Amino acid sequence: MRRGPSIFNLASVGLGLAFLYLPIGILVIYSFNASRLVTVWGGWSLTWYRALLQDEAMLSAAWASLRIAALSATAATVLGTLAAVALTRHGRFRGRLLFSGMVYAPLVMPEVITGLSLLLLFVALNVDRGFWTIVIAHTTLTMCFVTVIVQSRLIGFDRSLEEAAMDLGCPPLRTFLTVTLPLIVPAIAAGWMLAFSLSLDDLVIASFTTGPGATTLPIRIYSEVRLGVKPEINAVCTIMIAVVALVTIVTSLTAKRGALRHDRAEGLGTQV
Amino acid sequence: MSIESKPSPRPASPADAPLKGRDKKRDWASRLVVLLPYLWLVLFFLVPFAIVFKISLSQTVMAQPPYLPVFDLAAGWQGVTNFVAQLSLDTYTLIGSDDLYLLSYLKSLQVAAVSTAILLLIGYPLAYGIARSPRGLQPLLVMLVVLPFWTSFLIRIYAWINILQRDGLLNDVLVTLHIVDKPPAWLSSDTAIYIGVIYSYLPFMVLPLYAVLEKMDQALLEAAADLGCTRVAAFWRVTLPLSWPGVAAGALLCFIPIVGEFVIPDLLGGSESLMIGQTLWTEFFSNRDWPVASAIAVALLGLLLVPILLYERLQRRALAGEN
Repeated sequence: MRRGPSIFNLASVGLGLAFLYLPIGILVIYSFNASRLVTVWGGWSLTWYRALLQDEAMLSAAWASLRIAALSATAATVLGTLAAVALTRHGRFRGRLLFSGMVYAPLVMPEVITGLSLLLLFVALNVDRGFWTIVIAHTTLTMCFVTVIVQSRLIGFDRSLEEAAMDLGCPPLRTFLTVTLPLIVPAIAAGWMLAFSLSLDDLVIASFTTGPGATTLPIRIYSEVRLGVKPEINAVCTIMIAVVALVTIVTSLTAKRGALRHDRAEGLGTQV
Repeated sequence: MSIESKPSPRPASPADAPLKGRDKKRDWASRLVVLLPYLWLVLFFLVPFAIVFKISLSQTVMAQPPYLPVFDLAAGWQGVTNFVAQLSLDTYTLIGSDDLYLLSYLKSLQVAAVSTAILLLIGYPLAYGIARSPRGLQPLLVMLVVLPFWTSFLIRIYAWINILQRDGLLNDVLVTLHIVDKPPAWLSSDTAIYIGVIYSYLPFMVLPLYAVLEKMDQALLEAAADLGCTRVAAFWRVTLPLSWPGVAAGALLCFIPIVGEFVIPDLLGGSESLMIGQTLWTEFFSNRDWPVASAIAVALLGLLLVPILLYERLQRRALAGEN
């Protein structure tokens, strides 16, 4: 018999979630504020969303951010999945220690260091900084997150499936494409999503690696926020929150359904 | 990890052996699997650090690029010796002698240490509560903790500016409840930095803790209770020691990035004492002093090397444990 949650358990979960959601909730509510003054409630209105549609600079920054996020997340997913396969399926190879070090370090590396070092690389290589340098920087940052997610999936599943395929004469590449890949697709999708949202979110590394003409949404928001709170910013943030929340919920639901389906197929049914 | 301990370079299945032609193909493909991400990381992660290190040994000049010496390959061996001769430790002497930098480092360490401690105090009960709630509810609760992490960092900090500003909601509430007479200034203070940091990093603390607590065998607690252990004593003597890896992972996952944090202190903190991330940013963007900025980065990395290595070991061990 397991003991049910105590009052203390309930209170800590309740308070913890309230702490996490209250600020965001307040921000969302105030984005519908009719008043120009951010702190005075003037009734519900969509004024700031309409104002946003007129804001060319903000819109083009958002468009740039979306393109950078999609490109870098895709590249990061390919590289990160390869790295995960290398780490879990290749046993020892020369330089493995350095490799796994380089995979885990960016996860905790302070962004100012990563940003500065990439910028200095681009300067040394004499590359024009802008859109593509941000894509490269974000790919480097986010591929490590993809690796960790895909790696834990690769470790988690039954390897005898791959071995059976190879025993039956299936070449390794085909084994990977027909057996391994379908099994880790949910993890790859989750990795892509995480990479996408990390790229969309990043201010520091983008600020270092950007050049003239490439302004991302966080850079734009940051320069506005430094000047003070504005109702338009509340509206932008609310839209971003809504998009992220929607995508997260949809992915987690589909990933769960996918996981259930193939667990049933595997006849294991052990995973939730 | 069983893969680690295998002596052969690749896990060979019995059927592999006679298929020489396929073996070769496999070698080629498997090399590419390792090489592609490897080269990418070397080029965009390792080499940049070497460059940072090199520039930290240079001198600031008013030029493009704003540092000397510049590596001149065309000058041949002479160029290399000139280059090496011009390297100096001036930037490090500067960081070591000017209190500004030392104070920045100390402030960063202090903010990171105090916030990590508070995060543990808030995050542990939260993770524990989730791990003890009904099984069916747990994925939802975990998702609720993770969801704010998916929304932008910047947005979450910005949300706090709304609340903490002088005529913001927090002061409204405090004045209405007659807790304070005159609204205090929350923004531009260390308190605001702590609030922002704790708010932003809470998911990073809760997830590793939950992962450990959720796997814990309930039978152990029942055994403790059967043997006459009170719930509180059982927590201290069974749960806490067993959750140690989660505590360590959560603490490192928070501590390391907080030391180098820039956005939170920049938007919420005051201007009188800067964290090291802000100092680096100012040296680079405002003073255009690339060598000093690089030296700060190298020193910061040196400071974080031990916690980063510890974290990597934990991460590798956790993955090995799952295997």
